[in-house]
Order: sequence, then C-alpha cells, then structure tokens
Amino acid sequence: MTSTRSAPPKNASTEKRSQTAATPNALEMIHIEKYFGLVCALKDINLKVGKNEIVGLIGDNGAGKSTMVKILTGVFPPTSGSLCIAGRGVDLGSYNVKHAHALGIETVYQDKSLGEKQPLWRNFFIGREICYPLGFLNVKKEKEIASEIMVKTIGFRGAGITVDSNVSKLSGGERQGVAIGRAMHFEAELIILDEPTVALSLKEVRKVLNFVHKIKAAGKACIYISHNLADVYEISDRFVIMDRGRIVADKPKREFSLKSLDDFLLEYAHGRMDEEAS
Amino acid sequence: MKARRSLWSILGSIEGLPVVGVLLLLYAGFVITAPTVFTKPLIYMSFLQTVPPWLVLGLGLTLVITAGEIDLSFPAVVALSGFVFAYVFKHVPGPWAPWLGIVLALAAGALVGWTNGILIAKVGVPSIMATLAAQFFWYGITILIANGLQIDIGAVEKTAVHDLFTGRIFGIVPAQALWAAGLAALLWFILNRHKFGEAIMFIGDNPNVARVMGINVEATKIQLFTLMGVIAAFGGLLLTVEINVFFPNQGQGFLLLTMAAVFIGGTLISGGKGSVVGTFFGAYIIGSLQAGVVATGVTSYWVQSAMGLIIIAAVVINVLIGDGRIGPASARIRKWILPARAQSAAAGKTTDVPKGS
Repeated sequence: MTSTRSAPPKNASTEKRSQTAATPNALEMIHIEKYFGLVCALKDINLKVGKNEIVGLIGDNGAGKSTMVKILTGVFPPTSGSLCIAGRGVDLGSYNVKHAHALGIETVYQDKSLGEKQPLWRNFFIGREICYPLGFLNVKKEKEIASEIMVKTIGFRGAGITVDSNVSKLSGGERQGVAIGRAMHFEAELIILDEPTVALSLKEVRKVLNFVHKIKAAGKACIYISHNLADVYEISDRFVIMDRGRIVADKPKREFSLKSLDDFLLEYAHGRMDEEAS
Repeated sequence: MKARRSLWSILGSIEGLPVVGVLLLLYAGFVITAPTVFTKPLIYMSFLQTVPPWLVLGLGLTLVITAGEIDLSFPAVVALSGFVFAYVFKHVPGPWAPWLGIVLALAAGALVGWTNGILIAKVGVPSIMATLAAQFFWYGITILIANGLQIDIGAVEKTAVHDLFTGRIFGIVPAQALWAAGLAALLWFILNRHKFGEAIMFIGDNPNVARVMGINVEATKIQLFTLMGVIAAFGGLLLTVEINVFFPNQGQGFLLLTMAAVFIGGTLISGGKGSVVGTFFGAYIIGSLQAGVVATGVTSYWVQSAMGLIIIAAVVINVLIGDGRIGPASARIRKWILPARAQSAAAGKTTDVPKGS
C-alpha cells in the first residue's frame, strides 16, 4: 500500500511534463483565475491531468473545487487564463457545455447529473439526442443504445430496472453508475467526478469506486473530487490539494501513504488556523 | 394474479387513461341524472364549440407548468389578440384583412410571451410575478386602445377565415374542436418526442441538471413563453371568430378553469412531467361541468360547489395513481380496504360472542 519512495523529485509536475511530452495531457489549466465581482474564487490555478491519470482533488468547502469544475466543463468562463484540452488550446469566449462534451469532457455531479422524474433512456441522451430531421427524437434507437450501455458498460442485470424506469427508482450508487456509464459511452477522455459518494452507503460507495477503476482500465483520465480521503487515496495517481482558491500541493501518490496524506491535511489545516489566530 | 398485474401495467402505460375514466363517469352520471339533455347529441356538439378556446390555452399552459413555471397572463392575451384581429378586420380594407388580422394577433401574442420570457429567463423575475404583472398590463393596454368598447365583427361570418376556424364540418362538427385536437396532437409530439419537449421536462425536473447537460435553459424558457403567447393568441382568435365580437374583458374567468383542467389532467405542479392527453380530457371535464350540473335540474347555486368536488375528486384519483400508473393505486386501495374488512370482521365477532353466550 505504501509506495513511498525516498528522495522523490522536488517538483512532481516537471517530471510529469517530460514524461507526457509525446502524448498530450488530457487537460491543462494555465494561470486560471476567477472573480465573482470583487471576490476571488480561483487564484493562479495551474493544473495538468495526464492522458490516463486519475487525479484526486482534495479541499475544504469553499476551496474552489466546484468553481474549477464549472470552468472546466464550460458552465461559466474564467476571468483570465487559458485552457488546453488534449493538447489543443480552447477558445474560452465560446466555450460551453456542448463544446466540453464534444472535446470529451464529461462531469458526474453529486446530485445534478440526472433528471429524477425522467426515464433512464432520456437521461442518457439529454443534450445529445439522436434525432430525426426537425429535431424529433429517435426514441427506438435511443432506447436500444441505452439498454446496451446499461448491460455492457454499467453492468445492470435484471433487478427490474429497464431503460423506461425513472431515475427516482435507482439507489444512489446506481445513479452514479448511470452517469459514469453515460460519460464512458460518449467516449469521454476526461471524466470529472464531483463528490460522487456523498450521502451513499458503504456498499454503494464501493460500486462507485469500481466504476472509477473501469475508467482507468479504459485508458481515460479522471478528476475525482471527494472529502473522503480513503476513497481518494485508493483510486488516485496524484493528489491536488486546494485551499481558498489556490492549489497548495500537487504530489504523486508515492509521496504519501494514506496516513501521511491525512497528517499533511491536518497539519495544513492547523497551520492555517494558527495563521488566522495570529 | 400475474395476468391481472400485466393488465394493470398495460392500462397504466396509457397516458391520461384515468382522466378519460373520470370524463366517462361524469357523462354516465349526467346521462342518469339529466337523460333528456345528455342522451341527445346537441349538448355534446355545444361542448365541442365552447371548450376549444380554453382547451387550446390549457395545452400551452401544460408545457409551461411542465417546465416548472406558470403563466397567469394568457387571459390578457386572449383579449389582446381578439382586439388586434377585430381592429384589423374592421379598419383594413380588402379581402385579405382577416388573414392579416390573424398574423398580427398571433404576433401580438408572441410579443407578450417573449417579454414574459425575457423578464423570467434573463432578468430572473419569478414567472408568477412577471406574468401576473403582464396580465394587468396587457388587459389595461387592450382596454385603453379599445377605448373600453366592444367591436362587432359580424361580417366575419361571410369570410373563409370564419369557415376555416369555426365552421361546421359536415354541417355539425365545429371546426375549432378539430383545430384544438390537432394542436393537442402536435404539442404531444413536441413534448414527448422532440428535443424541445425533453428540454422542457428536464428544466422542470431540475434546471441545474439541464444546464450541466448542455441545455440552454434561458433560451428554452424564452422560446417556451413565446410559444405560450402564440398559443394563447390562437385561443383568443378561436373565441373571437366564433362569437363574432370582441369585448374588452374577454378571457376573464379563463385563468382558474384552465389551470384546473391542466391539473386534473395529471400535470405535476412541481414540474418535470406533463400530460397533454390529460389536459385535453381535463378541459372537456371542466367544460362539461357547468352545463351538466345545471341540466340535472339542481339549482344553479350548486354549480360551483359541485365543480369543486369533481375537480378535487379528479385530482385525488391522479395523486393515488401517482406515477401515472394504476398498479400502485390498486395496491394502495386494497391496503386501505383490507384492514377495514379485518376490522369489521373483528367487530362482527365481538358482537356475535355475547349473542351466542
């Protein structure tokens, strides 16, 4: 479990850069900043995610994780900075959710990935419908593909759940499974999981983690955001720690054991408290 | 048992079936209580004539409520579009005046709907406030430019427009009933089989989900309210052309009846799910109540209370059926009835025992 090596390179990201020079990074954020009015939500964010790398993003509430995710996925643009996806620069002026989808960035949110009252087949294709001319839906085709995803990618079998079932019938873990399966079906190169295991039972968390292992096995990249260090530790190749809108640490897994990661965060939090007290 | 369950699930998958059931029950009740009126076709023909204008409104409102919004301004659009049509018909010479009137009336409806949409989606005013204000404003404007006077357009009866929209097909069926049915079919396809309808459902379900899945929530809402404005204007046209007169407060009183028709039909007030078929039959239920209750011979003071009772009964049936399925409802009803039976059996025993001893 502890793959800690002695004397690791001081700067992990420089090593990463030389290593992935041949294959472009799945994602590169350069000097990204975001202001809401006068409030600075993100300050000088530089982040790279390799082609088949799982990055665990850790940070307290209000650290800026969700803001960062929303910029990555085109929900809103940053105030300044630039973004490269698969080695190519992105025009942030016209970047939106549809562009992000087209570039292979998919997001699985804690609670807003699926429409509760809608059947599964609609949830698979919402925003990317298979249409006849004039925008009418090809329901038959959508249902066929949806049921194929459910059996092959997600591994739902029987249990009375069909593509016509409403999302409200699924357990929390199954919902995340559907969202992840959808992302993989649309050939996402980078899947962002934003707190996917909040409010799930241990058994359901296990299911979600298994889905994340499938992402890695399929050769895709992933940013995994969670409060639960044990989860993050198990699946991540690298940890990025954020605090108050900045990245304060960016280290590969071999520099940490689960315990030392926990200690690091605790120490950091204490240091911050001392700093605030003084 | 298994066969019965599959029968239930087949029945449950038919959209709007409970509403159709309520409508048939209602007519059956009227046939029994007012046989002289309800066994002759005349009353049904008159429903086909009076219900369509606000059935059309209900169809549009179904989409708006499915998107989790509300529109209170459509009665004003009924007045405004009627005025625009009547004014153009009266003051523009030439044979194409009624057609121009229709185009301008629909455009006026689109304008009202579009401004509603801008206020709601771009400015962020809650739809209940924006459209409440719009309803006062546009009624006011209509009365103002009409000088508070009605416009008699009796001459419209001789035009093709009149025949097209409110003529009698084969001499009996009012054309507006077919227009309303056609619009219902079109809107059913838009809501259930078009990406615009899917966007409406997801927005009503959870606008955040819609947004992160790449739906342009603001643009969709503006389009939706504009569509609602056009549909309301069409409803106003059907009314004005049918009665051959514009009067400044036309449409007043439609608001609550239309909303009742939509909710009877099973459209969720919380958004995310709407039933065009349900609204279609819901509108005929509401539209038949007044005439029906009067025809039964009870004093007309009963009408309002009876309407209230029937509306609540229809909505309760929909709540019981929940998801639009009959299966769960039948199970729930059985659950209610069975303990009652067990109780009455127990009560029977206790009364039996003293007798025997």
